[in-house]
Amino acid sequence: MSWLDWVSAVLATGGGLFVLVGGIGALRMPDLYTRMHASSLTDTLGSMLILLALALQAGVSLATLKLGAIGLFLLFTSPISSYALGNAALLSGHEPVGERLDGEGGE
Amino acid sequence: MNSALRFAILLAALVFTWLAWSGLFKPLLLGLGVVAVSLTLWLSARMGLLRREVFALDLTPRMFGFWAGLLVDIVKSNFVVARIILSPSLPISPCMIRLQPPLPGQVGRATLANCITLTPSTVTVDAHRGVFLVHCLTRESARETLDSDIGERLHRALGDR
Repeated sequence: MSWLDWVSAVLATGGGLFVLVGGIGALRMPDLYTRMHASSLTDTLGSMLILLALALQAGVSLATLKLGAIGLFLLFTSPISSYALGNAALLSGHEPVGERLDGEGGE
Repeated sequence: MNSALRFAILLAALVFTWLAWSGLFKPLLLGLGVVAVSLTLWLSARMGLLRREVFALDLTPRMFGFWAGLLVDIVKSNFVVARIILSPSLPISPCMIRLQPPLPGQVGRATLANCITLTPSTVTVDAHRGVFLVHCLTRESARETLDSDIGERLHRALGDR
C-alpha cells in the first residue's frame, strides 16, 4: 500500500466512525429535534471524510470531479431537508423537550 | 447583469456539466446532451429565471474565506457532538433560541439559516420574516450561536443580497 492508500484508509475509517456515532446518537437522543443534531454528524463530517477518501483513491480524474460535486450538493441539500423536517415538526405542534431561551436580538 | 449574459453563463454551465458527468463523446450522447441543454434553457427562460437575479452561488474570494471559516466550525462542532453522544450520561440541555440576523437580503438569510443547520448541535427550524428559531443541543451551543459573529461575517462577504 502506498502512503496515499494509507491516508485514504484513515479518512474512510474516520468517516465511517462519524456515521456510526451519528447512528448511535439518533438512537440515544430523547426527541426528534435532538435526534436531528445527531444525524447531522452523518451528513457533514461523515460524508465529507468518506468522499475525500474516495477522491484520493480515484486520483485526478472525472470521478474526483463527480465526487466533489456530490459533496457540494450534499452540503446544499442536507440543511434544506433538515429545515423542512424541523419546520414541519414545529408547525404541526411537536414541542421540543427542554426550555426556550430568547436571545438579545429577539422579539 | 443582463439576460443575455445570464443565458450565456447558464449555457456554459450546462454544457460543462453534461460533458463532465458523462465523459463520453459519442454522437448519440452528445446529441442527447444538446436536447437536454436546450430543454433546460427553454424551461429556465419560461420560468423567468433569466430576467431575475437568481445566481445564489457567490464565488468571490471573500465568500471562499467565509466557507473556509464555516468548514472549521463544522469540524469542531462535529467533535463536540460526537463526544456528547459517546458520554454515558448524555450531557445535553436542549433549548430553543430566537435570532435576528443582520442580513437584509433573501440570499443572505437563506445562506445563514443553512450554515447554522450545517453546523452540528444547531438546527434552524423556522426562518419567518428574518427571525430565526434555532434549536440547540446544549446551552453552550446556544450561547455560542448567540455570541457568534457569523451573521456579520456573511454580511461583509455577501453584501446586501
